[in-house]
Amino acid sequence: MSIAKTAEQHGHHHHAHHYESAEHEYNASKFGTWLFLVTEILMFGGLFVGYILFHEKFPHMFHAGSTFLDWRLGALNTVVLLVSSLTMALSIYYAQVGQRQKTLINLYITLGCGLIFLTVKYIEYSHKFHEGLFPGAFFTYEGPEAHQFANLGMYFSFYFVMTGLHGSHVLAGMSLITWLIVRTHKDEFGPDYYTPLECVGLFWHLVDLIWIYLFPLLYLVG
Amino acid sequence: MAGASDKNYLNEKSGLWSWLTTLDHKRIGILYMISVMTFFAIGGTFAMLLRAELFSVGPTIMNAKQYNQVMTFHGAIMVFMVIIPGIPAFLGNFILPMHLGAKDVAFPRVNLMSWYCLITGAAVAFFSLFYNGADTGWTFYTPYSISTQNGTVLMVVGAFIIGFSSILTGVNFVATVHKLRAPGMSFWRMPLFVWALYSTALLQILATPVLAITLLLLTCERVLGIGIFDPKLGGDPVLFQHFFWFYSHPAVYIMILPAMGVVSELIAAFSHKTIFGYKAIALSSVGIAAVSFFVWGHHMFVSGQSEVAGILFSFITMLVGVPTAIKCFNWVATLYRGSVRFDSPLLFALGFLFLFTIGGVTGIMLAVIGVDVHFHDTYFVVAHFHYVMVGGTLMAIMGGIYYWFPKMFGRLVNEFWARISFVLIFVGFNVTFFPQFILGAMGMPRRYFDYLPVYEPLNRISSIGAWTIGTGFLVGLGVIIHGMMRGEKAGPNPWGAKTLEWTTSSPPPHENFLVQPVVTAGPYEYR
Repeated sequence: MSIAKTAEQHGHHHHAHHYESAEHEYNASKFGTWLFLVTEILMFGGLFVGYILFHEKFPHMFHAGSTFLDWRLGALNTVVLLVSSLTMALSIYYAQVGQRQKTLINLYITLGCGLIFLTVKYIEYSHKFHEGLFPGAFFTYEGPEAHQFANLGMYFSFYFVMTGLHGSHVLAGMSLITWLIVRTHKDEFGPDYYTPLECVGLFWHLVDLIWIYLFPLLYLVG
Repeated sequence: MAGASDKNYLNEKSGLWSWLTTLDHKRIGILYMISVMTFFAIGGTFAMLLRAELFSVGPTIMNAKQYNQVMTFHGAIMVFMVIIPGIPAFLGNFILPMHLGAKDVAFPRVNLMSWYCLITGAAVAFFSLFYNGADTGWTFYTPYSISTQNGTVLMVVGAFIIGFSSILTGVNFVATVHKLRAPGMSFWRMPLFVWALYSTALLQILATPVLAITLLLLTCERVLGIGIFDPKLGGDPVLFQHFFWFYSHPAVYIMILPAMGVVSELIAAFSHKTIFGYKAIALSSVGIAAVSFFVWGHHMFVSGQSEVAGILFSFITMLVGVPTAIKCFNWVATLYRGSVRFDSPLLFALGFLFLFTIGGVTGIMLAVIGVDVHFHDTYFVVAHFHYVMVGGTLMAIMGGIYYWFPKMFGRLVNEFWARISFVLIFVGFNVTFFPQFILGAMGMPRRYFDYLPVYEPLNRISSIGAWTIGTGFLVGLGVIIHGMMRGEKAGPNPWGAKTLEWTTSSPPPHENFLVQPVVTAGPYEYR
C-alpha cells in the first residue's frame, strides 16, 4: 500500500525525526507490530501447549468439562468478533480514501462488538461462578460429573485462564480503539497517515484469531 | 554553526525531568547504565553477605531462612535486573543506532517505556521484602513456590513486568536493524556487536513471552489455585520446569551473546587488524541463538524426563560448543600478528576469553548425562555458570564500559586504575570460583545454608576471593565516577577504531551524526 505524497487536508502528520519519510515510518511501525504479534502468539502458545498436554492425559475430563459451556453463546461471540474484524478493516479502508465519517462509524461498531463480546463473557462467567465451577482448588460444583472426575476443576482452570487472558486482550484492544476514535475526531488520520489504525487493526485481528482457536478447543471439544 | 560543536546529547537539555522523559537512545542508555549499576551494587552486596555466611561452618551472620532469601534476591536481581538488560539495553541502546549510522532506534517511545517496565518490575520485586521476601531461588520451582508463605507472588510479578522490558527492547532492535541502516550499510557490513544484538533480540522476542505465560500461570496457581503445576490437583510440577527452561535456557544466551559481540569489537579495535572470520562470527551468533531453543532439557536430567529426551538434549547441548568455539578461534586468530594494544578494554576481553573458555568447557562436561547426575545441584554447577555469566558477561560489560566511555562522556578514564580494577576482578574471580569446582566435585550441594566441616577451607578461600572481586568492582566504580568528573578530554576516536560511532564527536550530538553517514566499506578495514 503506497502512501500519497501530495499535500492533503487530512492528517497534518510529520514523521519522526529519525525516519526519512512517512512511508519509511509506516513500514517500520508495521514491522514492529508484527514482531509484537509474534510475542503474543508465543505467550498464548504456552497455554495451548498446556491444554494439549492435559487434554491428552485426561480426554474424558475435558469432554465432561466442555458440556458445561453453552456453545450457542460461544458461537454468538465468534460471529461478533468476526464482524468486528470486518469493520476494523473497513475503518482503515475509509481512512485510506479519506472518508472520515465512515472511518468513525466503523470504529464505533468495532468498539461496540468488543463490548458485546465482554458482556456475553460476563454472563457466562457469572453463571459458572453461581454453579461453583471455579478453577482447580476452588472448585465447589457438586453434580455427578464432579464425582466421576477427580480433577474436573482443571478444565475450568484452562477455561478461565485462556478466556481471561484473551478477554484482557479484548479490553486492551478496546482501549486502543477508543484512542483511535479520539484521534479520528481530531482529524489526525487520512490517506497520507493512518499508521496507528493499521497497527491496532493488526492487533485486533490477532485477538479475533486467538478466539477462533479458543472457541472449538473449549466449547466444541466433545 | 559556531557553538554547534559544544552541543551534545548530554548538555542539549538539562534537568531531571528532561532525562526521565527523554526519547534519545543515548540518554535512555545512560538511564539503563545508572539503574543496572545500582541493581548490581545491591545484588553484589547480597553476594558478599552470602560469602560471609559461608565463611565458616554453622550460622554466623544470618539464619537459614534469611540465607534463602538473600540467595534468592542475589540470583533474581543479577539475572533479571543486571545481566539480561546489562549489555543490550545499556551498551546496545547507546551504540546500536550509531553502529548502523541511524539517528535513533526505530521506536523511541517504546524504548523509554521498556526502561519504565524495568524500574516498575524491580520496584514490585523489591516490595516483596515487606512480605517476608521470596525464598524459592530465582528459578521459582513448583511445588515449593506454590506453598511457601511469603512475597513470592510479588517477586514473580516483578519478573513478569521486567520481561516486558526485555521484549520491547528486542522488538525495537530487530526493527531498527531491518529499517534504519544507513545508506550502504548492508547486513555484511554491520559490526559484529550488531549481529550479536540482533541474535539476542530474536531470542528476546521468541523466548521471553514463554516466561511471561509461565510466570502468569504460577501467579494464577498461587492466587486462583488453578492446579496446572500442582500434583494435588492433577497438575504436573515438571511441566513448570519445561516451561521455565524453555525461556531460561535461551535466556542465558540473551546474557552471553551480546557479551560476545562486545568482545568482537574490543579484539578487532585493539588488534588494529581486520577481524578474522567476520562471516563465521556473525553467523555463529545466529547459530547459537537457533540451537539454544532445543537444549532446555539439560537442566532436567534428574527430573524424571524420558531417557531418550535426555540423550537428545545432551547431544544438542554439545552442539552449542561448535559455534562458540568458532568465535573463540576467530578471536585468537585476530589477535595473532595484530598490532595489539594492551589497554584495559582489551585486558577485559582477554579475561573474557580465558574465563569463558573454562565456563564453556565445564558446560560441555555438564552436558554429559552420567557426569551431570553426579554434579547436578552441586557447587560445580554454581562455578560453571558464574564462569560464564560473571567471567563472560560481566567482564565484557566492564571492557565495553571502558571502551565506549570516551564516546559516552567525552572523557578518558584513568588507565592505571582501570587496570588495577581488572587485576582485582580477574584474580578475585578465579580465587572465588575455581575452588567451587572442587567443592562441587566433592559433593557440596548448592543453595545450602550450611555445610560439613570438610568443605570449610575451600569455602574460606572462595569467600576471600569474593571480597577481592567486590573490591575490584568498587575500584571500577571509582574509575568511572572519576572519569566522568575529572577525566582527560577525549577526541572523537581515542582508540583509532573503525566503526561508525567513532566518526562523530565525543559525546555525540543529539542525532548522532551531523551529516548522514554513507557506508562504503566493512566495519573493520584496518589493513
